[in-house]
Amino acid sequence: MIQFERFTLQNGLRVLVHTDVSTPMAVVNVLYDVGARDENPKQTGFAHLFEHLMFGGSVNIPDYDEPLQMAGGENNAYTTNDLTNYYIQLPADNLETAFWLESDRMLSLAFNEKSLATQRKVVCEEFKENYLNKPYGDVWHTMRQLAYQVHPYQWMTIGKELAHIEQAQLQQVKDFFFKHYTPCNAILVVAGNVHAGKVVALAEKWFGGIPSGTKYNRQLPQEPPQTKARQKEMNAAVPLDLLCKTWHMAGRLGEDYHATDLLTDILGGNNSSRLYQQLVKEQKLFVHLDCYHFGSSDPSLLTIEGKLVEGISMEKAEQALQIEIDKICKEGPSEQELQKVKNKTESLIAFEDMSVMSRASSLAYYELLGDAAWMNTELQQYANVTTAQIKKVSNQLFRAENSNTLYYYATK
Amino acid sequence: MNLLNRKQAPPLVDAVHYQLELKPCEQHKLDNGVPVYMIDAGAEEVLQLEWVFWAGNSYEEQNLVAATTNYLLKNGTATKSSYQIDEQVDYLGAYLNRSCFNEQATLTLHCLSKHVEQLLPLVREVLTDAVFPEEELRLYKQNMKQRLNVNLRKCDFVAGRLIDTYLFGEAHPYGKYSSAEAYDALQRDQLVSFYDRYYRNGQFALFVAGKIPAGLIGTLNQLFGDLPNSAQTPPPHLAKQAIQKKYRIENDASGIQGAIRIARPFPNRHHADFIPALVLNTVFGGFFGSRLMSNIREDKGYTYGVHSYILNLQQTSAWMISTEAGKDVCEATIAEVYSEMEQLRTTLISEEELSLVRNYMMGGLLGDLDGPFQLIGRWKNLILNELPPAHFYKTIDTIRNCSAEQLRELARQYLQPAEFYELVVI
Repeated sequence: MIQFERFTLQNGLRVLVHTDVSTPMAVVNVLYDVGARDENPKQTGFAHLFEHLMFGGSVNIPDYDEPLQMAGGENNAYTTNDLTNYYIQLPADNLETAFWLESDRMLSLAFNEKSLATQRKVVCEEFKENYLNKPYGDVWHTMRQLAYQVHPYQWMTIGKELAHIEQAQLQQVKDFFFKHYTPCNAILVVAGNVHAGKVVALAEKWFGGIPSGTKYNRQLPQEPPQTKARQKEMNAAVPLDLLCKTWHMAGRLGEDYHATDLLTDILGGNNSSRLYQQLVKEQKLFVHLDCYHFGSSDPSLLTIEGKLVEGISMEKAEQALQIEIDKICKEGPSEQELQKVKNKTESLIAFEDMSVMSRASSLAYYELLGDAAWMNTELQQYANVTTAQIKKVSNQLFRAENSNTLYYYATK
Repeated sequence: MNLLNRKQAPPLVDAVHYQLELKPCEQHKLDNGVPVYMIDAGAEEVLQLEWVFWAGNSYEEQNLVAATTNYLLKNGTATKSSYQIDEQVDYLGAYLNRSCFNEQATLTLHCLSKHVEQLLPLVREVLTDAVFPEEELRLYKQNMKQRLNVNLRKCDFVAGRLIDTYLFGEAHPYGKYSSAEAYDALQRDQLVSFYDRYYRNGQFALFVAGKIPAGLIGTLNQLFGDLPNSAQTPPPHLAKQAIQKKYRIENDASGIQGAIRIARPFPNRHHADFIPALVLNTVFGGFFGSRLMSNIREDKGYTYGVHSYILNLQQTSAWMISTEAGKDVCEATIAEVYSEMEQLRTTLISEEELSLVRNYMMGGLLGDLDGPFQLIGRWKNLILNELPPAHFYKTIDTIRNCSAEQLRELARQYLQPAEFYELVVI
């Protein structure tokens, strides 16, 4: 049970405090309700590029990192398709330094041309390192475009193309900032060796005077139900063929989310899972096989992806996979299988909750979804899932017309 | 509210003043003399148990035998198939992992504390009764060779292998690498005999951390206190450094980035220069605010990240600079690395910068000592490197007190471009 207190400043900033006096450290986590899905389709990669610019100095503090390092702190950030999250860990004695730094960059950035020019280059190198200069680096670029025809999940957080990043202008940066980086679109979590009373005072002092901003009203085009199976073939200079299939699944708040999450574990969560046992170990068709999903806020994709053993044809691999899918649709999982993945979820949550940083970001995330207290009822949601529900979800999900298949061929 | 001066930083407690303590670690001995190191702490009902065997690469007579034996430990025993072992571990939401390093090889169990008694007999079975089925080995060879083919297309993977061979030589455990031929040459009986000598009869230690249930030490003694635990010495290995210093390799004609590695041999943790070098390295390329990062990423934008570090090796080590940079700026990046070395050799680090690095390192240490798994990790590092706990306090003393002059001297001694191997793989 994770205890926390919650209050809202007059400018709309939501603040959560989670105290744990067993650590000498404090964590300050600021989540902004903006991700790659909120980007203009002609300026993709912007939310992530922006995350880099957040370290280029704010209106009153020319350098973000130096004072934090002087305080013995460390920080980082990440951008997803749904949100952008910044976090600091530092000795609890120096908590106020984190308030000073985070509040100033919420107030306003320095918006400097040099920083923009450099970070454009840095992000382009990141794009090359992870997506262009890596074998199979373009699989998700292609799969997202295949599976999402209208929803902005059709591009990755790094962006659709290098040109969108190369052409980013300072005025666009400013507009993005004042639209999304405001108290009413943010959640602040302070955790670790901190006292709630002191956090209230510090939050009022540093964040209280920041203008509220306008609440961002998200109106994204939702993906219509898919009515026809989609396939795409690709060729690339890679050593092994790869098969990647996705199916549209529930969003994070959908009623079938927990059952679908457990279904992915039953199929591909670990070495004793069905697909690994059957297709990698028994039939020796795949070098490896993964089954996963992104847990996105809007309806997401359940994915099965694997590289084929040399000499195995794509048709044979896909057929064998289909037999496993048909089996779970027809029979559902056994009680023992379901219990196994529930146990795994229980232990995963216990291990995650060991770190204050992870507790802080979970609180922020559940608050964004609707209520930080859901963090404490999550395990029960999983416990409630039945084998019948998983069978039902499998049948809804694994319909041919709901599927997207990428055949990625190695050119010899 | 209007009185708030945002240009003024709040007062700081300098992290250098923290009285950092390495919380003690309980030490037990099993009947066979195997040491058990324990940290009983943490709020969650979780445990980590690590069996550390002296069974790393250094002990093998043929390439990949140690790593393969370690990998296939849990792929079948006399009474259980690989699937049955995985199923039993997975059913309890536990994780049983293995890793092979240069000197040691480990088996690690993560589980909820309430399940540990059910899982330990299985671990014993894996450590005393593994059978290395022929079929498991065949599948392992096939899949590892194919994975290797994928990795060989990555410039960073290729660069990482090559730089180690320049530093240590291909025959040395720190320099040798995998190949399709080495996988093909693996035989089941080699694994069986390596297992028999270095696991079943081999020397090991146990590291345990988390919420420790009553009676755990008794159970450990019952299940692991009767194993032979006989020490083995590895065959001697001499590092053989390459003569040629500079390499440019084209691995992928269509590559758009180059993997850059610049490295020189460096002594191990027992050398007097090791700890001050950690401070100098932090200034040079050891954190986000380092000279290399500020210059090459934050000023020039040549790369997504550039780092320097001293390799975590026990016998002898190396000092490495590593980055991936745009193809057209690789040479410019290398020039900047050398120019930063020159700065450190010629100009004293300002007290302001040094003080920032001291605080950053102390704050990092404070965070690193937080939590049972982190604590046991620090103890394990001392113990496996045969260092006394005083080494920890010496590190803190050096972070606090080393002078700019001392660091400049160290830079003059070690950050000499002529001593470095230099490699770009595109």
